[in-house]
Amino acid sequence: MSSITDIPARNSNPAPADVERKPLTKKEIAADHPTWCPGCGDFSVLALYFKLIEKRKLWHEKITTIAGIGCSSRFPYFVQAHGAHFIHGRALPFATGISLSRPDLHVFVFGGDGDAFSIGGNHFNHTARKNIKMTYVVMDNWVYGLTKKQTSPTSPLGFRSKTDMWGAVDYPINPMKQAIAAGATFVARTTHSNPNHVLQMMEAAMDHDGFSFIECLSECVEFYEGAFDASNPRKGGVFKEVPKDHDVTDELAAYRLASDPFPGYFGIFYRNPKPTKNAREAEIIRKSREQVQGLKDWEILQKTFDRLK
Amino acid sequence: MSESTVASPEGGAPKVSRISEAVIRIAGNSQDGIQAIGGFLARLAGRSEQEVMTFMTIPSTISGGPSIFQVRIGSGEVLSAGDEADVLLAFYQHSYEGHISSLRKNGIVLFDSDHVEPRPEWQNSYHHVGVPISNLTIEAIGGTARDKGKNIFALGLIARMFDLNVPKLEKLIQERFGGKDESIVKNALTAFHAGYSYAIGDLIETFRFMDSRKKGSQQVVMNGNEALGYGLIAAGVRFGAGYPITPWSDVMELLRRELPKYGGTFVQCEDEIAAVSMAIGASYAGRVAVTGSSGPGIALKAEASGWAGMAEVPVVIVDVQRGGPSTGMPTNVEQSDLNIACFGAHGDSPRVVLAPANVEDCFYIAIEAVNIARKYNVPVYILSDQSIATRIEAFPEPDLEKVCQDITPDLSPVAEYKPYDLSAEDGVVRRVVPGTRILNGKYPIATGLEHDEMGHPTGSPKLHMEMTAKRRRKLQALARTLPTPKIYGPSEGRVLLVGWGSTQGPIREAVDRARAAGDSISSIHIRTLSPLPPGLEEVFSGFNHIFVVELNDSGIYGYGGQLASILRARFCNPAIRGINKTDGLTWKVKEILAAVKAKLESNGSPA
Ligand SMILES: Cc1ncc(C[n+]2csc(CCOP(=O)(O)OP(=O)(O)O)c2C)c(N)n1
Ligand code: SF4
Ligand SMILES: [Mg+2]
Repeated sequence: MSSITDIPARNSNPAPADVERKPLTKKEIAADHPTWCPGCGDFSVLALYFKLIEKRKLWHEKITTIAGIGCSSRFPYFVQAHGAHFIHGRALPFATGISLSRPDLHVFVFGGDGDAFSIGGNHFNHTARKNIKMTYVVMDNWVYGLTKKQTSPTSPLGFRSKTDMWGAVDYPINPMKQAIAAGATFVARTTHSNPNHVLQMMEAAMDHDGFSFIECLSECVEFYEGAFDASNPRKGGVFKEVPKDHDVTDELAAYRLASDPFPGYFGIFYRNPKPTKNAREAEIIRKSREQVQGLKDWEILQKTFDRLK
Repeated sequence: MSESTVASPEGGAPKVSRISEAVIRIAGNSQDGIQAIGGFLARLAGRSEQEVMTFMTIPSTISGGPSIFQVRIGSGEVLSAGDEADVLLAFYQHSYEGHISSLRKNGIVLFDSDHVEPRPEWQNSYHHVGVPISNLTIEAIGGTARDKGKNIFALGLIARMFDLNVPKLEKLIQERFGGKDESIVKNALTAFHAGYSYAIGDLIETFRFMDSRKKGSQQVVMNGNEALGYGLIAAGVRFGAGYPITPWSDVMELLRRELPKYGGTFVQCEDEIAAVSMAIGASYAGRVAVTGSSGPGIALKAEASGWAGMAEVPVVIVDVQRGGPSTGMPTNVEQSDLNIACFGAHGDSPRVVLAPANVEDCFYIAIEAVNIARKYNVPVYILSDQSIATRIEAFPEPDLEKVCQDITPDLSPVAEYKPYDLSAEDGVVRRVVPGTRILNGKYPIATGLEHDEMGHPTGSPKLHMEMTAKRRRKLQALARTLPTPKIYGPSEGRVLLVGWGSTQGPIREAVDRARAAGDSISSIHIRTLSPLPPGLEEVFSGFNHIFVVELNDSGIYGYGGQLASILRARFCNPAIRGINKTDGLTWKVKEILAAVKAKLESNGSPA
């Protein structure tokens, strides 16, 4: 009854072993030239992602770059590696599918504030609470860039947009608080105007075994120019790092840091490793497989069918 | 009950009749474990090489309520759960009064005389047999169990009545209750034997099934949801994601329980959008994954399914259909999701839609769906439904060693890779997945934006036309490989019934019955609803009337339901008309036959 569609096996190609491989250069990592507006903060995030790949000697094929929809979410096209540009707001569940089924890959997700906290808001909460291993960088510009200046869930009160011509009336969400409350095990904040800091946060996030979240302020020069000047010393602002004595495992202290009014603090607010879903599922699998040791897959199913007679 | 030989009455005792099949309807409340009796009977039939089909209704409320379980057991072919019962087992007054009409004239109503007061006006039409089931169960088991176990007592009565194989039933009871508290197995067996030794043979005739025609074949017994779940496992699926909803939940619960044994996992998500996205993500990462839902949850998967079509990432989406629209009728059957499965995403969105014809087919179609998905890189919908999901059938045990497949992705390096290669034969490209090194250093992007051959966005009108055609050509290529459905009955005649999905059995039985009465009628069953298989035009040309039998509405224009509309659009053939109903129940054979008659009488004019 079943017509098994046969799929021909691929010829494998001899490839040099990893030890002989030189770390990738920026040229090898860069793909399309970004379509962002000149001066857009997203350029700096991309450049630092390249740096991360270079510095940490990641191979093209060992990472996946995933995004939803938005200006920032165009990210994967600009990276020379396996990547996917998924639908608006759903990058996290898509990335979860990769993370849980392919422990050999680093999963990086990039996106905007609308993608993360509006249409994808619920996925953000659940991916955080499940502690799925991946790194998520939200390029927060306080506005909908791609659709040309509508209010975003992080737009401050009073922000004049095409949907709030009198100024925004809805209270903005605080991404840091959102992440901490949702149970994210790594929560950090940075800004595109401080490249070294961005790289530092990305490295720490990548090394975290769990769901690591970075809010990266990333200015939309087109629709929200100057939004983050107060955090940029070159524009007369202050870049205030998380105090040295802050205990990153203290959830309430992290929450208090997040309450500091704009420009607020930058750095790691919260880092408290706990078992990932990846690890917990692997443990369930290990235990289940103990009972079927030595059996081929079809024999496991046969055992089940024998009970259905 | 088809009787053949009648044994001569011995010593005045009620006679024993040889029968080829029987329909038994058990009516009570869902909390009385009536599903368990049905399950035992079905399993026993499976082990006795008989054919069996069940039908049940369950209340949609948690607290339970009236429920029925109907079992049709036959030594020959069993195509439906039966229009009329030969025996009605009624536990309560409401079960008795509510279901007596489903009993054939002169059928046997076996009732719990502790709860049921027989109605005098029905005494002449049906054989009434009262047994104080509740009290006898309490007496037999004793203790504090009250009448818990009366279902097993009743099973004992039925076993005696139909001379069923007692050792096999005892074994089934032990298997079912074994592993629990010792006393539970003991009580169950005690209740069973109390029922069995009740001298029911003194009150009515008893029966004995003729030997099965299927002797020698090993059978497995399960419902459609189980068959589908195990089929996916056999197909090599090792990742799934879903959100609970009736009647899909059973599939996800099964996969959640079973997949870890195979090194796989199933994730309960925050919603159906997350579920489909996660399954597509896992598929993208290498191995075809599954998601599924029913009713409203299917609507939520629309956007992501369109992405899978555009990005050419495979995924299997199971839709266990129920009554709609909206929350609709959660525990009833309907075939009203064909349109959303075929057309339920924006844009010219390629997808494949399959529908299993019976429980056995649920197993095999799951494998087929996975293989179509991975060969053509498309979303594949499996349209099961509430009736096939919950009904139990026995079918020949699959040769698992042969059927089970390993679909672990091949990660060996490739020289180059164009994910959307326009020159690929039939538009079909073999996917290269993350983790694979590509030696020319050019990596693919899976995308929902219109794209060039590497997956980079384009606004080019030419590329949009070429890529749209490429996505379509894959389905056309698939269609060419599909077999033309076999005609059930002669290839020429007056009426052709066209069915899809779970209704194959009753449609065939209707054909059998009508042909036996001298009518010129045949049927075909379409398993691949999109793309349609080739050769249908020739099949249709052999008949004056083509009636598409569906469990959905007859449509605004009155000529037919969802498949009928697709077939009309495809073949421009006004002989195509619909036979539809929307009562949320499976087809009775007589309903189909009555509808055919009515259609023929109303010749031509839309009903
Ligand atoms: C389901 C759906 N709804 C709406 C859109 C339109 N849309 C695209 S991007 C976007 C908002 C993007 O804002 P943000 O996530 O902040 O990204 P940014 O462009 O600012 O980087 C919207 C509303 C869409 N693509 N899909
Ligand atoms: S619109 Fe704003 S966010 Fe989008 S690319 Fe331009 S500057 Fe960047
Ligand atoms: Mg934004």
